[in-house]
Amino acid sequence: MTPRRAEHIALGLMVSGAFLALAILFFIIAVIMIKGLPHISARFLLDNPMDMGRAGGIFSTIVSTIYLLVVSLVIAIPLGVGTAIYLTEYTEEGKITKIVRFGTECLAGVPSIILGLFGFILFVIKLGFGWSVLSGGISLAIMILPVIIRTSEEAIKSVPQAFRDVNEVLGGSKWQGVTRLVLPNAAPGILTGVILSVGRGIGETAVVIFTLGTSLRTPFSIFDSGRSMAVHFYILAREGISMSNAYATAAVLVFSILIINVISYYLMHKFVEGRR
Amino acid sequence: MSAADIKRKEKLIQRIFLVIAFSSLFSLFLIALFIFVEGLPMIWKVGLKDFLLSTRWAPTKGHFGIFAMIVSSFWVTVGALLFGGPLGLMCSIFLVEFASSKVRAIIKPALELLAGIPSVVYGFLGVVYLVPLVRDYLGGPGLSLLTSCIILGIMILPTVISISVDSLAAVPDSYREAAFSLGATRWQATHMVTIHAAKSGIITALVLGMGRAVGETMAVIMIAGNALKIPLSPLDPIRTLTSNIALEMGYASGLHRQALFATGIVLFFFVMALNLIATAFARRKRVK
Amino acid sequence: MKKKRRNLVGIACLLFFLLVGAGCGKKENEGPKKKGSYASIIIAGSTSVQPFAEKLAEIYMVKNPNTVVNVQGGGSTAGIRAAQSGIANIGTSSRNLHPEEKGLFEIPIAFDGIAVIVNPKNSIDNLSTKTLRAIYAGKILTWRELTGVDHRITTITREEGSGTRGAFEELVMEKEEIDPGCIVQDSNGAVRELVATDPYAIGYISLGLVNKQVKAVALDGVAPSVEAVKEKRYRFFRPFLFLTKKKPTGLTLHFICFVLSPEGQRILAKEGLIPASIIHGDSNLCRQRTSSEKRN
Repeated sequence: MTPRRAEHIALGLMVSGAFLALAILFFIIAVIMIKGLPHISARFLLDNPMDMGRAGGIFSTIVSTIYLLVVSLVIAIPLGVGTAIYLTEYTEEGKITKIVRFGTECLAGVPSIILGLFGFILFVIKLGFGWSVLSGGISLAIMILPVIIRTSEEAIKSVPQAFRDVNEVLGGSKWQGVTRLVLPNAAPGILTGVILSVGRGIGETAVVIFTLGTSLRTPFSIFDSGRSMAVHFYILAREGISMSNAYATAAVLVFSILIINVISYYLMHKFVEGRR
Repeated sequence: MSAADIKRKEKLIQRIFLVIAFSSLFSLFLIALFIFVEGLPMIWKVGLKDFLLSTRWAPTKGHFGIFAMIVSSFWVTVGALLFGGPLGLMCSIFLVEFASSKVRAIIKPALELLAGIPSVVYGFLGVVYLVPLVRDYLGGPGLSLLTSCIILGIMILPTVISISVDSLAAVPDSYREAAFSLGATRWQATHMVTIHAAKSGIITALVLGMGRAVGETMAVIMIAGNALKIPLSPLDPIRTLTSNIALEMGYASGLHRQALFATGIVLFFFVMALNLIATAFARRKRVK
Repeated sequence: MKKKRRNLVGIACLLFFLLVGAGCGKKENEGPKKKGSYASIIIAGSTSVQPFAEKLAEIYMVKNPNTVVNVQGGGSTAGIRAAQSGIANIGTSSRNLHPEEKGLFEIPIAFDGIAVIVNPKNSIDNLSTKTLRAIYAGKILTWRELTGVDHRITTITREEGSGTRGAFEELVMEKEEIDPGCIVQDSNGAVRELVATDPYAIGYISLGLVNKQVKAVALDGVAPSVEAVKEKRYRFFRPFLFLTKKKPTGLTLHFICFVLSPEGQRILAKEGLIPASIIHGDSNLCRQRTSSEKRN
């Protein structure tokens, strides 16, 4: 086998492998769009589900999803960014930082069903919150916390040391340096992490179905139950209630993620340009 | 404000941040505490050997053997890696070493979009398209270990590809130049030098993918069949540890509920072992 | 510095008020609140009862504004636990309570047949209870002796906590255990979808959910239908139960009485269930209340 021959075979393999992988993945998006888009309309987005989801739209599920994400971000962002600030600004590498980082990594690896089990037993049953936006929000917050910590840390680390030096020279306190100089500069990176978490949270089912519940009502109070879009899709698809609505819900989900990704790219670009 | 006041305020702020930093540790601790407090007494009562090695899971009759599910979870993870790993690697090598940057610029965002698609959508498409194929052309009920491995393999592709692409792209061009100047072809340079240099990143990608496969629950419930038997062939239906927890969580109580937490302990160790392997590999590379 | 601190305090207050405001309207177990806020109850349990409960809830909420009826799934055993632990106002079950579960207030709202279904392409039309039991125990593995087709039977059952499974075990399996190698699905709809696409599958679902995609076989010579159940010829049926921890009051009672009223029962009958009154006679739970209401 000459090297030239090996090169050709290898190239052939790589191309076919890549082609296969990408073809499968694009097939998935294509099927969802082709089968789902025709059923999306303004009515679909603004009407509530009727007749168990066979008719009507998905409005209450959209509200549930947004409400859930907002609650989990309100909890996870302060905790996550605060942790990242501590790790980078207020200590040096040592035992404490190693423990906190290890804990974060382990938390990232916890299977979502265990978070669901934990959330169900602790928040829904033992603490008496019931199936609610609160139970779901706290559980989801725990799930996205590691992502926010990790990306915030990266973002804060990448702020040039010069900023902190200038702050010190001008006689500002550490707190002033952090809030006025470091954080605003790290904001785009932190925002990326937030957007990543939103992407994860939107598609999460195992945690949400056992903590938020499956009620088709629009949640108003934080103690109300609801049904997120991903859970709604799961139920529609499983039970064969309405294939067209299932595909349409999936298409809405894919679109949301697309919009979120586009926004994050746009923001990243804008801030990177702005800094220059 | 006097200098002493400022210093005191700074110290207070530092302490507040320390508390916040421990919040993530605290939630992990709380989860671990919960699972162990609820699960360990059950393992004590039933016996570790019976719990881990018995194949009989009939909680309403007092049998709590999870061996069949441990085997299923194991094979599903290995299988998902077999389907998603090489395919993902081939794709990333192609994207970095052989494709133009324009192609890369289109594909990378598309991959991030795919990474965000809910796993239940993958599961559903698997039920609609893959299960009939397996059933009609390969045999068995279609809901099987094989179907699960394929779908999970596809699910981890975006993760594996994007991290591998990042690692491969991070290998300095000087490495490749050096190989070329020694007379290597592109493929020789790739597999003898670049992949080697990106090894720790690639392994991280694979381990992360594996982690996702182990933890996947709802999609697996849709395609695996959930039968309580050790799979004797890839076409047999299986039930993973995660699916079992999800199927029984709503109604389990007493010893049964504790058994689910004990299953959680087993999963915990599974995942922690994966994490340790990953950090060991990554560290070794860095030392070199 | 002062301006920043004021801003922080302002944001904290805003968040606080948002959370407190959002916290108002918590679910309650007693009568409906007065003035402005709404009352809500939670119904959790059987996946078989769930679609019917959702239908009833939809109509009830239109007739009674400012009420919210949340319907969750989880399975019959989960519903029983939910009622016992109080996380749901009403727990639902599609099977009878076991002796160790007794102690809850039981209200049958309807009866539902269990239909054994196969794929429309399957030629079998009738099964004896004995054969059905053997299939589910794993003793008959292929369709050969039943229809001549030499192919493995894809036996589909529900998960252990399911009321439908519990009822099936009680009515068909008696003391024999369902083979652990069976495929398990976690809802009627999922079983139906599977049987509709697999020519060699067999499963059991709620009679009210049988549609043109599957074929319901006769058991012991009796074809499953609402009439057959009413006339007691088809003996494979189970109660849909509403369970409460204590005697129901307030919104919970009002909703239950709606379900038991002629209108509620008509809705259930239209969906393919057998009204509770037909087999058990009229419930006097609500009649008692209306008379005491008049007194008050």
